[in-house]
Amino acid sequence: MQMALVIDAGKCTGCKQCELACSYVKEGEFNPAKSRIRVFDFHQDARFVPYTCTQCDEAWCQQACPVNAITTNERGVKEVHDSLCVGCKVCTIACPFGTVNYNASTGKVIKCDECGGDPACVKACPTEAIVFMDVEQAGFDKMRQWAAKTDNAASAGQ
Amino acid sequence: MHHVILGAGPAGVIAADTLRKQDAEAQITLISGEPEPPYSRMAIPYLLSGQIDEEGTYLRQDQGHYRNQGIDVVHARAGGVDSENKNLALEDGTELSYDRLLIATGASPIRPSVEGLNLPGVHSCWTLADAREILDRALKGDDVVLMGAGFIGSIILEALVSRGVNLTVVEMGDRMVPRMMDETAGAMLQRWCESKGVNVLTGTQIREIDRGKNRVDVELSSGKSIPAKLVVVAAGVAPNISFLEASGIKTGQGVTVNGFLRTSAKDVYAAGDVAQGKDMSTGAFSVLAIQPVAADHGRIAALNMAGYQTPHEGSLNMNVLDTIGLVSSSFGAWEGVKGGDNTRMSDEHAYRYLRLEFDGDRLAGAQAVGLTDHIGIARGLIQTGLRLGRWKDILMKSPERLAEAYVATAQGISTP
Repeated sequence: MQMALVIDAGKCTGCKQCELACSYVKEGEFNPAKSRIRVFDFHQDARFVPYTCTQCDEAWCQQACPVNAITTNERGVKEVHDSLCVGCKVCTIACPFGTVNYNASTGKVIKCDECGGDPACVKACPTEAIVFMDVEQAGFDKMRQWAAKTDNAASAGQ
Repeated sequence: MHHVILGAGPAGVIAADTLRKQDAEAQITLISGEPEPPYSRMAIPYLLSGQIDEEGTYLRQDQGHYRNQGIDVVHARAGGVDSENKNLALEDGTELSYDRLLIATGASPIRPSVEGLNLPGVHSCWTLADAREILDRALKGDDVVLMGAGFIGSIILEALVSRGVNLTVVEMGDRMVPRMMDETAGAMLQRWCESKGVNVLTGTQIREIDRGKNRVDVELSSGKSIPAKLVVVAAGVAPNISFLEASGIKTGQGVTVNGFLRTSAKDVYAAGDVAQGKDMSTGAFSVLAIQPVAADHGRIAALNMAGYQTPHEGSLNMNVLDTIGLVSSSFGAWEGVKGGDNTRMSDEHAYRYLRLEFDGDRLAGAQAVGLTDHIGIARGLIQTGLRLGRWKDILMKSPERLAEAYVATAQGISTP
């Protein structure tokens, strides 16, 4: 069983509690700009889309890191090791989803690490738009399809 | 099956790891042309700025990685390839037979024909050996001249500034990073660097370097002469292909490869800075000497070597640069495509700039200064060729809504 963040944008009300929870847990401050998850607003459609790293299999960020500072943990999550990251930012341009970001105040990059298996965004979400569940269950397929659109080279030969 | 990988940069190391992942039994030999464990040149600026030590530049941080993976690391330089007999000659006279060979020999700094480049105190900044020389010579308050403000020069620039040297940068192009960004961005970077105390001379050439007393004198095309304790040469790089001259393996700008990164010789592949691979923006085959391309090449070449037919769809040119805290990036056809539209947003005071180039309603290129959030989306949009539809019109007016445009398009939200 592999647990993953599964996002159902249809349930998102745009309250952005996830952004606050994320930045507080990861950075110790309520600052959406430092959140690893971002909610995009599409007001005219009344749609809100929470957006974060999908932990791709052959991760572009990990492959592009010149100093091996991004590794895959036992849960398949790509983790940035601050002690090794030199802040070169190559991962931020290599990730076609734009979910690795540079944090100028630390000189390192940040990305979702699913809070070590207990994601703060999930706990903060009042409508279950973000859930943490077994990836084999329905819902993940949609994410997979989305990921596959930009992941053609990475999935080739698998 | 014996896989021999010539070159232990990112392309070579990723290829070795990928081969091991695909084939637990194969013999894998990784040949490094330098004495240190495989390391990343990209990390050298951070070694110069004191953020990391030499170990921090190593491509694999686990000391036992290669041994644990059963990858034999050999320190030697290539002499030649006999692809008929599948034999690799090393410069030390030994020979190695292979079943599949990967040429990942990278590139070396170009030495422009300027008199005095061999004087003591004049160095490239390419290897760990170069870095040690620069660490010894570039001390606080020292006069240092940097030749070249291209991408590599500009990365070194930041490292030199962090060492507290008195820095002059000499670039013969009309702006900084002329092959990465346009005039607006180049001028912004220059103004920023000057505001941080760096002397930036664009449209200027170094005529010659003369020996002085405990220093050199750098003679400029403007007629000026600058004294320097150290001159760092960053005038571009060229693929390491000379050892292939007698091999019959086809070369052009770099080693010629097909859509599977195979060279003209049977069972010989090429990857990274040395390979003339497909550029997805132009459709042409050209050398794109950047880290993400080396990583893609290394992995895809290795899959093919392991027997999994894997096409290389083409690489996207992209760079990210931090010049003393001002972050800039460029992607794909940043200069635009024929018949395409473009849009620009610029704030000179805030050092922010964004330029998007479209091909129809698809993003073809982008450059950004002072904007880093979700910037990888530029790659995603260009690479997938997602049709932006009405979002293109929104971006024409508000280019900063790029990430929104991507998420909306990928999620099927079409109303702006």
